[in-house]
Amino acid sequence: MTTNAHVEKKRLENPPATIKFKIQRREKEGAAAHWETFEIPYRRNLNVISALMDIRKNPVTIEGKATTPPVWDMSCLEQVCGICTMVIDGRVRQSCSALVDDLLLASGGDTVSLAPMSKFPNVRDLKVDRSKMFEHLKKVEAWIELDGSYDLGPGPAISNETAQERYALSRCMTCGCCLEACPQYGDDNYIGPQAIGQARLFNMHPVGKTTIDNRLNGLLDDDGIGNCGNAQNCVQVCPMSVPLTKAIYETNRDITVNALFGWLKK
Amino acid sequence: MASSGLKIAIVGGGLAGLAAAMKIAEAGHEVDMISVVPVKRSHSVCAQGGINGAVNTKGEGDSPAKHLDDTVYGGDFLANQPPVKRMTDMAPAIINLFDRMGVPFSRTNEGLMDFRRFGGTLHHRTAFAGASTGQQLLYALDEQVRKWEVGGSVTKYEGWEMLSLVLDDHQVCRGLIAMNLQTLELKSFAADAVIMATGGPGLIFGKSTNSMTCTGSAVSACYQQGAKYANGEFIQVHPTSIPGEDKLRLMSESARGEGGRVWVPRDPMDARKPKDIPEAERRYFLEEKYPAYGNLVPRDIATREIFQVCLEGNGVGGENQVYLDLTHIPAETLTRKLGAILEIYEMFVGDDPRFVPMRIFPGVHYSMGGLWVDYEQRTNIPGLFAAGECDYSIHGANRLGANSLLSCVYGGFVAAPAAIEYGKNVERGSSESNGIHAAELKRQQEINDSIIKSEGGENQYKLHEELGKVMTDNVTVVRYNDRLQATDDKIRELQERFTKISVNDSNLWATQAVPHARQLKNMFELARVITLGALNRNESRGAHYKPDFPDRDDENFMKSTIAEYSAEAPVLSYEAIDVSLVEPRKRDYSSSKKAKS
Repeated sequence: MTTNAHVEKKRLENPPATIKFKIQRREKEGAAAHWETFEIPYRRNLNVISALMDIRKNPVTIEGKATTPPVWDMSCLEQVCGICTMVIDGRVRQSCSALVDDLLLASGGDTVSLAPMSKFPNVRDLKVDRSKMFEHLKKVEAWIELDGSYDLGPGPAISNETAQERYALSRCMTCGCCLEACPQYGDDNYIGPQAIGQARLFNMHPVGKTTIDNRLNGLLDDDGIGNCGNAQNCVQVCPMSVPLTKAIYETNRDITVNALFGWLKK
Repeated sequence: MASSGLKIAIVGGGLAGLAAAMKIAEAGHEVDMISVVPVKRSHSVCAQGGINGAVNTKGEGDSPAKHLDDTVYGGDFLANQPPVKRMTDMAPAIINLFDRMGVPFSRTNEGLMDFRRFGGTLHHRTAFAGASTGQQLLYALDEQVRKWEVGGSVTKYEGWEMLSLVLDDHQVCRGLIAMNLQTLELKSFAADAVIMATGGPGLIFGKSTNSMTCTGSAVSACYQQGAKYANGEFIQVHPTSIPGEDKLRLMSESARGEGGRVWVPRDPMDARKPKDIPEAERRYFLEEKYPAYGNLVPRDIATREIFQVCLEGNGVGGENQVYLDLTHIPAETLTRKLGAILEIYEMFVGDDPRFVPMRIFPGVHYSMGGLWVDYEQRTNIPGLFAAGECDYSIHGANRLGANSLLSCVYGGFVAAPAAIEYGKNVERGSSESNGIHAAELKRQQEINDSIIKSEGGENQYKLHEELGKVMTDNVTVVRYNDRLQATDDKIRELQERFTKISVNDSNLWATQAVPHARQLKNMFELARVITLGALNRNESRGAHYKPDFPDRDDENFMKSTIAEYSAEAPVLSYEAIDVSLVEPRKRDYSSSKKAKS
């Protein structure tokens, strides 16, 4: 919803009677991966989660072989919790908001492929372990330092413009799309755009600014912001339209300013 | 941590659980936090519209007393009033605290927090961050608690599900048993006190606006171990949801708060595009019937009106849908104020609500009922506390929009000091050495083993679907006693069939089949509490509506329903409520309250 003009959505005409789901399976972390294909009746407005629920109820492959139910994560189903992220037809996104009609319209076929994200430990089937992303938030001290949670009146006045910019950053749901798509992210060599965006969120706040040094220091290690290769994949795959490249640019600028003028504080 | 510190276990990492964790850590004690999902992914993220508090920045003369009045009146006089007063008094401070934590609330030109109008009030009382306020408030607390986690006083167990309480011989809560959802390992957590903050039980209705984690399973386990469950029959059906195959997605009340209008074509089979139907041929049925509050009548009323219109065949196209129309508002304004929720609609339906009226229908949304607690959030089990949607204490027979985020934080803020106070004074005993933890662990392991071995051929997901259907058909908007009785019969049939399920997953690593089976078993018990509570309440009040008993009956039923577990059936009793602050009066939203009083 980027423009203020009405653009009518293209819809799938002549849908197939059944649709196939090719799913990457893995018994547990470290086991070999293999693919299984399932077939379900087509319904209009079906999303990938509904299809997975269907398959889970009666997990039999297209060859008629009984198998284990595919395992995946899901919770809110409204694309706001971030948990159901996976690679769908080669693109990382949330499975709740991936509508089968749109996928078939894009591919022109009758098959949808599902694989787990590749940049995180694969727990089983489509489920991955993203705990590292929460560790990143610790490293950049992504919070406001409060004197205490007792009643001290409202916070500082903030312009609506700044509030809107911060809101855009604060919508990050830690889903991992940006890290999956980032060519630099992997093997712990780079903290990635998610954490940089959150550092920026707090650096923009009048009170958060008071601890900006801690946050910037967290981004100056070997795995820090310097590893960004400016591929700009992150901002393209972000389902929440978080302005990640802008955050990286502005954080780099903060680091430069800090390096230049940091001695004044000493 | 100092050795004098207490260890308090919190089950659930949504707004209520995190609020309590922050307060406990700040007071110098330790927290074990048990959550089925990483806490940042809890269901609180789904709350859209805002959080209420009479900060009174609009020169409207708003006050906590008016907020109290709106809340108990909107709740149709079923809540004890003292805790509601305490909450509405605390509300401005809670909103200010979130402002200090850096929540990007929408601002006025002066840079102050902006407030919008919500249902059941005539005041601008709702602070909001775009249309994803729950997400933003949850993140703020998640951030604060992460700071305490780094400091070592909070330990998170994410991907663990609580199975049962550990009770000693005197029925005192000494901790809990939880299951690692990856390994199925069971572990006992010893604690000086336990705070339940697990949210609602929407999945009992199959499809609802709730997240897939909202099974009510852990609360049901407490109930089965002796905790009282109150007002179970009060289930809020939100007037505006987007029907889907996997869930009913919420369309926030803020859409109406910002001017959204509900209507149907006068001729349901009118084939014209909605924008081509002239005003005179539209029926704005809420505005017609309730001129003072219009589209912002409380949820129970809006739901019944929409339901009724569709039942009479007057829904759009004769189907179960009405228009929720925003197209008269400039697209730019809508994007700024409601962007997040309009995106959800566009994403899942394909139409852009800024140009095409949304098609919506009521959906199960919230449980006003929950664990019985006193005014300090203490359950009847010593050492067990509850806060948030899983407790019954604030919303009476119907919750007002934007009061849920508030009640979550309030509940957590009250439960935390109460749990600390309790922990300081409770006799520690030798709960760890006398084997109660080991005994409970063994009991839970045996339940797991029996589920894994079970081979009767019944499909648990099918049973869940059947439960959801019968509950949605008979225990939501309109209730009849014969159908409620038939529903209870059906639940018992499902419970019988559940003993013959086959777990269809031979790979137990990270399996979802065993946890789902345990959740389902617990859902049946709460489903009976909800259904039989409804059967026995022969009146209409708030969300509970019986055409055969259309009036509110204060003499017999201005009382909390209390359900206590027995193997046979829930044992129901009724407890008088405290209405000492606001005198009960009939609800009437056709004119403003001022005109009447």
